[in-house]
Amino acid sequence: MTDQPLLSVRDLRTYFHTFSGTVKAVDGVSFEIGQGEVMGLVGESGGGKSVVGFSILGLIDSPGKIEGGEILLNGKDLAAASEAELREVRGREISMVFQDPMTSLNPLHTVGRQMDEVLRLHTDLDAKARQTACVEMLESVGISRAAERLKAYPHQFSGGMRQRVVIAIALLARPRLIIADEPTTALDVTIQSQILKLMRSQIAEKGASMILITHDLAVVSEMADHITVLYCGKVVERGHTRDLIEAPSHPYTRGLIDSIPDTENRHERLSQVPGTVPDIRNLPKGCNFQDRCPRAQALCAEQEPALAPQHGSLYAACHFPLKPGEAA
Amino acid sequence: MTDTPMLDVRDLQMHFPIGGGLLDRLRVGAGGIRFDNPVVHAVNGVSFKIARGAIMALVGESGCGKSTVAKTIARIYKPTAGEVQVEGEDIAGYGFADLLPVRARMQMIFQDPYASLNPRQRVRDIVAEPLLEQTKGAQDRKDVPRRIEELLARVGLNAEHAGRYPHQFSGGQRQRIGIARALSVTPGLIIADEPVSALDVSIQAQILNLMKDLRDEFGLAYLFISHDLSVVNHIADQVGVMYLGFLVEHAPRDVLFKRPRHPYTRALLSAAPSIKEKRDTEEIVLSGEVPSALSLPSGCCFRTRCPFAWERCAQERPVLQDVGDGQTVACHLIDEPERDKV
Repeated sequence: MTDQPLLSVRDLRTYFHTFSGTVKAVDGVSFEIGQGEVMGLVGESGGGKSVVGFSILGLIDSPGKIEGGEILLNGKDLAAASEAELREVRGREISMVFQDPMTSLNPLHTVGRQMDEVLRLHTDLDAKARQTACVEMLESVGISRAAERLKAYPHQFSGGMRQRVVIAIALLARPRLIIADEPTTALDVTIQSQILKLMRSQIAEKGASMILITHDLAVVSEMADHITVLYCGKVVERGHTRDLIEAPSHPYTRGLIDSIPDTENRHERLSQVPGTVPDIRNLPKGCNFQDRCPRAQALCAEQEPALAPQHGSLYAACHFPLKPGEAA
Repeated sequence: MTDTPMLDVRDLQMHFPIGGGLLDRLRVGAGGIRFDNPVVHAVNGVSFKIARGAIMALVGESGCGKSTVAKTIARIYKPTAGEVQVEGEDIAGYGFADLLPVRARMQMIFQDPYASLNPRQRVRDIVAEPLLEQTKGAQDRKDVPRRIEELLARVGLNAEHAGRYPHQFSGGQRQRIGIARALSVTPGLIIADEPVSALDVSIQAQILNLMKDLRDEFGLAYLFISHDLSVVNHIADQVGVMYLGFLVEHAPRDVLFKRPRHPYTRALLSAAPSIKEKRDTEEIVLSGEVPSALSLPSGCCFRTRCPFAWERCAQERPVLQDVGDGQTVACHLIDEPERDKV
C-alpha cells in the first residue's frame, strides 16, 4: 500500500433541490480507499449510499448537485472535473456494477458489441485484439463458449450470467476502482456466492480496489477490508471489518447487527431498532439517530456528534458510544 | 376436530400451459407436422401438513415453485391435481362462491407492500374490505369501524392513520397494513409470501417480531415463504426445501439447520453469507443454474448441479423417505451413503 490513497473523498456534499425542500442525500461524507482495498458502504434505504457512488462518477443529474467537497482520485479532483474529463475516467479508471443486470445492459445490442465499446473508447487496440480481449474476459468470469456467446443478446442470459457479463464489462479496461452498487441483491443465494467469489478473485488478480455498496451486512463482512456506515447521508461509523462487526461503537451499527437473525444463538424475539428513518428533508436538531437510539440523552438533541476515534480502528459519531462488550 | 391439521396439502401439482398461437407451436419434423404443448411444471407433487398455531416455512431459490404453492393453496390458482385440505375440507376443486367462507379461515400477506395495497383506497377501507365481505348483517356491520381501529392498534398503527392513503406510509408500515387486513376476518391460517424480503433489516426485525406475537396471541398458523435462510431459522417450526417444484427435504427447523441431508439444502446453507468470521459448515459450491421447468431433467431434478450425482440419479426419481426425527429427504445418497464425498 502506498502512502497516498487511491481515492480520497473529503467532506462530500450532494444535495437535491426539490419543491418540498432540500434533500441532503450526502452531507459531509469522507473516506479513503487504498490500492487493492475493498470498502463496504452500508446503510438502509435512503441512507445516501448509492448517491455517494453516483457522485464519484459525476452521474448526479438536476435537481441534484454536488455542493461541496473533494473527490481525489490519485490526487485529481473529480468533483471539479469537466464532463469531458469525467468521460475519460468512467469505464477507464473507475467502472460501475449496478444492481439490476437486466436494466444496466442494453437489450438491443449484443453482449459482444457492448463489451467492444469499452475497449474502443478507452484503448487503441485493433478489432481483432479487442475481440480476443473480450473472449478472454468472458472466460475469466466463468462463461463457457465465450466466442459464441459474444453474439448473444442480454435476454438470452440468465440473471447470474448477465451479472457476470456486467462484471466482465466493468473489468475490461482494467480500472483501478470498481464501484459495485448492490451487485448481488437481485440474485439467488447460491448464485450470489458464485458472483462474490468471482469478484473477490478478479479484484485480487487485477489489483483493483472496490467500493461495495450494499444493505447486507453479511455480504459486506465477507468481502470488505473496512466498512463505512451511513445514516441519513452522514457517516456514523467506520473502521476495519472485524472490529466493526464484532464490537461496534455506534448504537445504530449495533442495532443493524442485532437485527440479523442469529443462526447459532436464537432468541425468541429479534432485537429491533424501533421507529423508522426520519424524513431527510426535515432532520432533527442534533443527532439524526436520537429518536431511535436507546442511549439518547439531552445532549443528543442539542449538539450533533462529530466523528471521533473509538476503541480499535473504529471512528464513530456518537456522544455516548458503546465500549466493547457493552449492550446497546 | 382438534386432531385435524390446519392445512393438509396432498400431492399438490400445478402446471401452466404456456400455449401461444397455433403457428408458434407448429413444429415440422421427421414425422410430419405436429403441435407442441409446452407446459411449465411449477409444482410437482408437494405434500405437507401444518398444525394449528404452527409455522411452516418453504425455502428455495427463484423459480423453485414456492410462491406457486402459496398461491395455489390460497386458490388464486386452481391446482392441476392434488388436495388442499383446510381444517379437513378439501378446497382444491371449489368455485368462487364456495371459496368465500374458506377465505375467512385463510388469508394471505404479499411480498411487495407497494403493489398489494390499492393506492386509491384509504387504509380503513383496505383493512375493512375482507371483513365487510364476510359480515352480512347490518348489526354486525356497525361493529366494523371499531374492529378496524382495534386491528390497526394491534399492528402498531394509530387511529389517525386510518384516514390516510398507502403512499403516505413507509414499506414497514404498509406491511403492517397488509397484516391488519389479513387479520380482520380472524383466520386460522395466514399464507405469507416473502413478507419481509422487500424491507430493510431493522424493519424486517420489527415485522418478524409482530408476526410471532400475533401467532402467540391468536394461535395463528403460518405458511411462510422465504428465500432467506436466517429469517426462516428465526421464525419457522418446520422447514420444507423446494427445488424445481419438488419438495427435496422437510424437517423440524433445528434438525434441518443442524443436520441437513440433501445436497441442495447443504449447498444453500453454506452459500448463505454470514457476519460470523468462521464457518464450520462444509462448503458445497454449486456450479451452473437451475434448469428450465419447461423440460425437467430425468430422474432427480437436482442432478444437473449436484456434485455427487451418478447414473442412478438420471434414471430414478428419488422420493421423500423418512430418516428419523421427523426429517424426510428425497435423495439416493440416503441409500448409498458411501458416495457422500466430493
